[in-house]
Amino acid sequence: MLDVANLTVDFRVDTGWIRSVDDVSFSLDAGATLGIVGESGSGKSVTALSLLRLHNDRATRLSGRVSFDGQDLLALPERRMRELRGRDIAMIFQDPMHSLNPVLTIGEQIGETLRIHQGLDRKAAQVAAANLLDMVRIPDATRRVTDYPHQLSGGMRQRVMIAMAIACRPRLLIADEPTTALDVTVQAQILELLRDLREEIGMSVILISHDLGLVAEFAERVIVMYAGELVEDAPARTIFEAPAHPYSEGLLRAIPSADVDTHRLYAIPGRIPDPGNRPPGCNFEPRCSLAQATCAASPPPLDPIAPEHRIRCPIRSAAKEVAE
Amino acid sequence: MARLIAFRIAQAIPVMFVVAVLTFLLMHLLPGDPATIIAGDMADQAAIAQVRHDLGLDRPVAMQLWLWVANLAQGDFGTSLMLNQPVAEAVLERLPVTGSLAVVAFLITIPTGIVLGVIAAVWRDTWADTAVMLLALIGVSVPNFWIAILSVILFSVTLGWFPSSGYVPLQDDFGRWLASLIQPAVVLALFQIGYLARMTRSAMLDVLDQDYIRTARAKGVSITITVAKHAFRNTLMQVVTVSGYILSLLIGGSVVIEQIFAMPGIGRLLVQAIMARDYPVVQGTMLMLGFAFVFINILIDLIYAYVDPRVRYD
Repeated sequence: MLDVANLTVDFRVDTGWIRSVDDVSFSLDAGATLGIVGESGSGKSVTALSLLRLHNDRATRLSGRVSFDGQDLLALPERRMRELRGRDIAMIFQDPMHSLNPVLTIGEQIGETLRIHQGLDRKAAQVAAANLLDMVRIPDATRRVTDYPHQLSGGMRQRVMIAMAIACRPRLLIADEPTTALDVTVQAQILELLRDLREEIGMSVILISHDLGLVAEFAERVIVMYAGELVEDAPARTIFEAPAHPYSEGLLRAIPSADVDTHRLYAIPGRIPDPGNRPPGCNFEPRCSLAQATCAASPPPLDPIAPEHRIRCPIRSAAKEVAE
Repeated sequence: MARLIAFRIAQAIPVMFVVAVLTFLLMHLLPGDPATIIAGDMADQAAIAQVRHDLGLDRPVAMQLWLWVANLAQGDFGTSLMLNQPVAEAVLERLPVTGSLAVVAFLITIPTGIVLGVIAAVWRDTWADTAVMLLALIGVSVPNFWIAILSVILFSVTLGWFPSSGYVPLQDDFGRWLASLIQPAVVLALFQIGYLARMTRSAMLDVLDQDYIRTARAKGVSITITVAKHAFRNTLMQVVTVSGYILSLLIGGSVVIEQIFAMPGIGRLLVQAIMARDYPVVQGTMLMLGFAFVFINILIDLIYAYVDPRVRYD
């Protein structure tokens, strides 16, 4: 259904263009779930926003192909793209505090999607909005419809965002760090809600998070991004139980465990390089414990090491081959 | 809502008292003696002393202040020295002139400034933005008395489109009323248009950067509706704040404009009164202008509550 091929995103800065996302490819079947993991600055949100072309046109250059049901979204005229946003592909964002318009009622904001795409009148949209609030399990929905965002808690606001996103029963929902700004208990509820709605509506979901544990639990397939590149693409079980890329390993080790008695929390040494200031070879090489001289020489390719499993690490690819 | 109004009015009372006292003190700091002027060039010391005594100016300043405030509390603004007319009456007679000028200038400023500011923000860094910002810069930098003179030379003298001076009351003839106001009102508005356009632009740029604008676009809302419905409503708070300030500035600015276009308004009365050291008129006029500003601010606070739901409930 969704097939992203060689997606590259450049942003204009004062000094020219910098590459934010570099040659990312992945695909997603109808009804499937995909997780995108990486730390801040890895390009995961930029990738997601590119699928809907929500970047500022004049300061962004997109190349590659994003094919959705056979049509290339990057080549679609803006008017057609607009029809598709919110109707076929919907998105929810990280910060529910700031993602809702403070001066419009939540009913108005949810109903707007339906009025645009399904031509509902104001009254019908309001009724539909109340039903959607019910669907995302907001109690007393008919009364809540006229509330403003500031009258709701963070978790409630994220539910409203979800209600807004599923209003037209989209075929793909992109959730960009949907639980990051929320309390842990609320996080679990929101994820459960997303899981239930996915089944109810039969939509595909892309879940973006820096939390590998959360993503592995939710998604069937996971891609790991680092410094604008895809470094590992594998089924969620594989990533969680036997990650192959040293960066994925690091991410996994960085999840604190209650079972193991650790004195210190693990952190990957160093930090992610700035776009425009990336090393000539492997982006992860400066932080990698396996690094060899060849790693710094040229950018490594993305190699298949097993069916459904690709990594961008020649050292590990070679080790795998030897083992076999 | 009723509580909010009552609260704002209660807050305004001490402010108005302070305005009254400051107005009085400011006037008494001015050099010059009204008694000398009223008594005339030929008067001797005794005659001047007599006038001074009649006006109560020989009493201690504190006493004069007390008498003035006490009379004010009873609605008595005093009597003009140069006009031999109650101050309140003199001001009210001229109110329609200044009021018309300020309101017409306000009605020109608000839509023009907002539209220009929104255009500049939406088409940021394009020629449209540059053009609007350049116009705004000219508007805020060029003194309006100079523009007024150029405007009179072009539109009144050369083209003959508008009268160069005077004021025709609204009840006499609407067309001539408007014709007499258009030129001074536009000149008066130019500075404010520039100011409002810059404020609207920066407020709009700020809002266009917010997450909820991205949310609206992700829903498939068109750019036009995103700007008009989602973004503009969020800039209204700042626009309303600035608008109140602008209305105050327009009333203040009419002092100069009324002089240039020879309009018999409050501003002109004020200037004449200062020249004649007509204490009661100067004090009364400034006080009433002060009250007008306080009233405008109360109005703005009430409009906030209407514009922003967060103010309504907090």
